[in-house]
Amino acid sequence: MSMKSGAIAHEILGTTIFDGNQARKGYALNKMCFSFNSAENRAEFLKNEDAYCTKFGLNAAQRAAIANRNVLQLITAGGNVYYLAKFAGIFGLDVQDIGAQQTGLTKDAFKARLVAAGNHREVHNL
Amino acid sequence: MAKIVGCVTTTHVPSIGGAIAKHRENDPYWKPFFDGFKPVHEWLARVKPDVAVVIYNDHGLNFFLDKLPTFAVGAAAEYRHADEGWGIPVVAPFAGDLDLSWHLINTLVEKEFDITTCQEMLVDHAFTIPMSLLWPGGSSPPLRTVPVCINTVQFPIPSAKRSYHLGEAIGAAIETWDSDARVVVLGTGGLSHQLDGERAGFMNKDFDLKFMKSLIDQPDWATQYSSTELVELVGSQGVELLMWLAARAALPGKVRKVHSNYHIPISNTASGLMAIESLH
Repeated sequence: MSMKSGAIAHEILGTTIFDGNQARKGYALNKMCFSFNSAENRAEFLKNEDAYCTKFGLNAAQRAAIANRNVLQLITAGGNVYYLAKFAGIFGLDVQDIGAQQTGLTKDAFKARLVAAGNHREVHNL
Repeated sequence: MAKIVGCVTTTHVPSIGGAIAKHRENDPYWKPFFDGFKPVHEWLARVKPDVAVVIYNDHGLNFFLDKLPTFAVGAAAEYRHADEGWGIPVVAPFAGDLDLSWHLINTLVEKEFDITTCQEMLVDHAFTIPMSLLWPGGSSPPLRTVPVCINTVQFPIPSAKRSYHLGEAIGAAIETWDSDARVVVLGTGGLSHQLDGERAGFMNKDFDLKFMKSLIDQPDWATQYSSTELVELVGSQGVELLMWLAARAALPGKVRKVHSNYHIPISNTASGLMAIESLH
């Protein structure tokens, strides 16, 4: 298999490592999401999403993923979760909302899974 | 010469900022987490650091992919927080320490760490939340700061081994700083968590507990792992343990554990806290 220069060769199930390949593919998308640090830019996006995506030069897959508010599609299109979180924030979505969406769970079921990872709310004073 | 009093390593989950702003420290969800800090407050009150070197990772506030340093050191008189896009309140500015900044920069480059220097630098939640947790009350903390930022946004990220060596070099630099200041080193982030992909929500309690124990007994233990092995073991964002490794590596000689606390979950994250005193 040929791999574009920039890839990190190691597969982890359900995980896209944000390497050079992803950074190359996702630059426009990530740049747009980075711009959402500014309240003015968030307002401009909400006023006209399409024009805002055009301004940053998003490709068709990136525009569709933005329109669908779909995190897995956004990652496939090169998005990095730290910048995507700023996009999700526009709609008041937190990391548990996006975790639930990516795992196909309800938010409550996703939160229950997080709690289970610690054998309930156990505190460890080591 | 300056004295390193010890290190504090802590998680920096953004929702903590929201909980502080809304005074939820005593809610059942938050109480076990915030209570974990009390022994560390007592220790800080006793050792009275004048300066904190804060090793953290930026999440897209100061740095973007256009220019992304692997290691960056702040060299500003003041560091400001700003809107991060998803709603945590902006906190008061932090005082810098230009003398220590430039001493660190000069020493690190001499030791062949080719860092980026930043005379203007916004600091994000990974810097501000630990400061609010360790010096609560809402105003600027009563000490000066020097931010050191490690890239964990874009691979290749620096290896655990390299980050450990950076920490050692930071410690050695502080110890040769001609000052009577008392310095605490903070390492923020982690522990295990993953925000992205179908594997979102992944945590690894066994590994986290082993890692925390290693910081007392065998601090370079985690340097055996490659960056991708770490992603597998602690999740995509769990690689923030690099900050812990670097902070611990900055302590020269013998240490004593002051306090440690581990708690699952805070938001999507396994939260850890350690305070380690330098006996050097």
